[in-house]
Amino acid sequence: MPDNDISRRSFITAIAGIVGGIIGVAIGVPAIAYLLDPAFKSSAKEAWIPIGKLADMQVGKPYQFSFTRVEVNGWERTSTSHGGFVIRKSDSPNDMIIFNSRCTHLACTVNWEADAQAFICPCHDGKFSEDGVVLAGPPPRPLDRYTDFRLTNDGILEIFYKGS
Amino acid sequence: MWKKVYEWLDERLGLNDLYKNILDHPEPKGTWWNTLGSAALFLFILQGVTGIFLMVYYTPSPDHAYDSINYIMNGVAFGWLIRGIHHWGATLMIIVVFIHMLRVFVTASFKYPRELTWLVGVGLFILTLGMGFTGYLLPWDQQSYWATTVGTQIAGSVRFIGDFILKALRGGPDLSALTLQRFFAAHVWMLPAALAGLIGVHLYLIIKHGESHFPSKED
Repeated sequence: MPDNDISRRSFITAIAGIVGGIIGVAIGVPAIAYLLDPAFKSSAKEAWIPIGKLADMQVGKPYQFSFTRVEVNGWERTSTSHGGFVIRKSDSPNDMIIFNSRCTHLACTVNWEADAQAFICPCHDGKFSEDGVVLAGPPPRPLDRYTDFRLTNDGILEIFYKGS
Repeated sequence: MWKKVYEWLDERLGLNDLYKNILDHPEPKGTWWNTLGSAALFLFILQGVTGIFLMVYYTPSPDHAYDSINYIMNGVAFGWLIRGIHHWGATLMIIVVFIHMLRVFVTASFKYPRELTWLVGVGLFILTLGMGFTGYLLPWDQQSYWATTVGTQIAGSVRFIGDFILKALRGGPDLSALTLQRFFAAHVWMLPAALAGLIGVHLYLIIKHGESHFPSKED
C-alpha cells in the first residue's frame, strides 16, 4: 500500500467524526431552539384600542374609560384591566390629554373628584391636577399619558396601547 | 497540545485504567442480540434527556397539563420532535428491554455466576413498566385518564388490601390532582432514580463477570 493512502482506521475515524458531527448538529440545534424558544418570540402587545365616541366626551369634564387586555403566555391566559381619563381642552378634536389612571406611586387607580377638581388616589392620598401634575402626596411624577391617539371616521377615539 | 491535556487529565483521573478495566475486555463471539442491553441503556438516557426537556414546559396540574402539552406540540420550536422522541422512545424501550430479557433467558445467561444480574434485571423491567404506566397519565386527556382509572382499579382488585393499594396509588379514592401530582413525582424522580441505581448495579455485575458465552452443544 502506498504511503499517501489513508489507512482504513483513519478513514473510519474521520467518517465517524463527520457523521457524529452531523448528528450532533441535528440534535443540538433543535435542543437549543426548544429551550430558548420563548426568547425568540416577539411579544406583539401593542394595539389600537377604541375607548369611546368623541361626541360623548364633554369639554372640560374628564371622561373615564377602561379596557381589558388578554395576554397569552404559553398555556396561560392573563387578563389585565387598564383605565384612564380623557380631558378635552377645547372643541378641537386634537386638543386633549389622555391619562392613564394608574397612580405613579404604587399603581392604584386614581379617581376624578369633581369637588376637589383633582385626581385622587385612594391608597395614599396622591393628588394630581387636571393636567396630571402632582399636587400633594407621595407620587414621584405626573400621571402617565397615552400620547398616541386617533379618531376613526365614525368618531371613535382610539389610543395606541404599547403594553405596560 | 490535546495530547498534553489528555496526559494531564489521565495522570489525575486514571482514564486509561478506567478504559482498560471497564471497556477493554475480550468478548465472546456474539450476535446483534447481544447489543440489546446497550440499546436499552441508550434509550434510558434518551428518555431522561427528552424528559428533562419536556419538563421545561410541562406542568402537572389538572387545569393546565393538557394545555401545556398542547403548547409543547404547537407553540414551542421542535416541541413536537422532543415529545415525539419521548413518546416513541418509551414504547421502544419497553420492547427492547423485554426482548433483551427474552434473549438472556433463551441463551441461559442468567445462570451462575450471573443470577444477581438477572434478578436486578427483573427489577429494571418492572421499573420500566412503572415508567410507562406513570408517564401515560401525564397528558391528562380522556385516554390517559381512563387508562389510569382502569389500571389502578386492577391494582385495587387485590384481596383484602386492594382498597388500600388503590388509595395509595391514586392519593385518595378517586383520580384527582393528587393522582396526577404523585404519578408525575414517580415518573420524573422516584422511578428514574431507582432505575439509575439499579442500572449501576447491573452494569457493575456485567463488567465484573463479562458477557456470557453462548451455550455450546455440550452445555
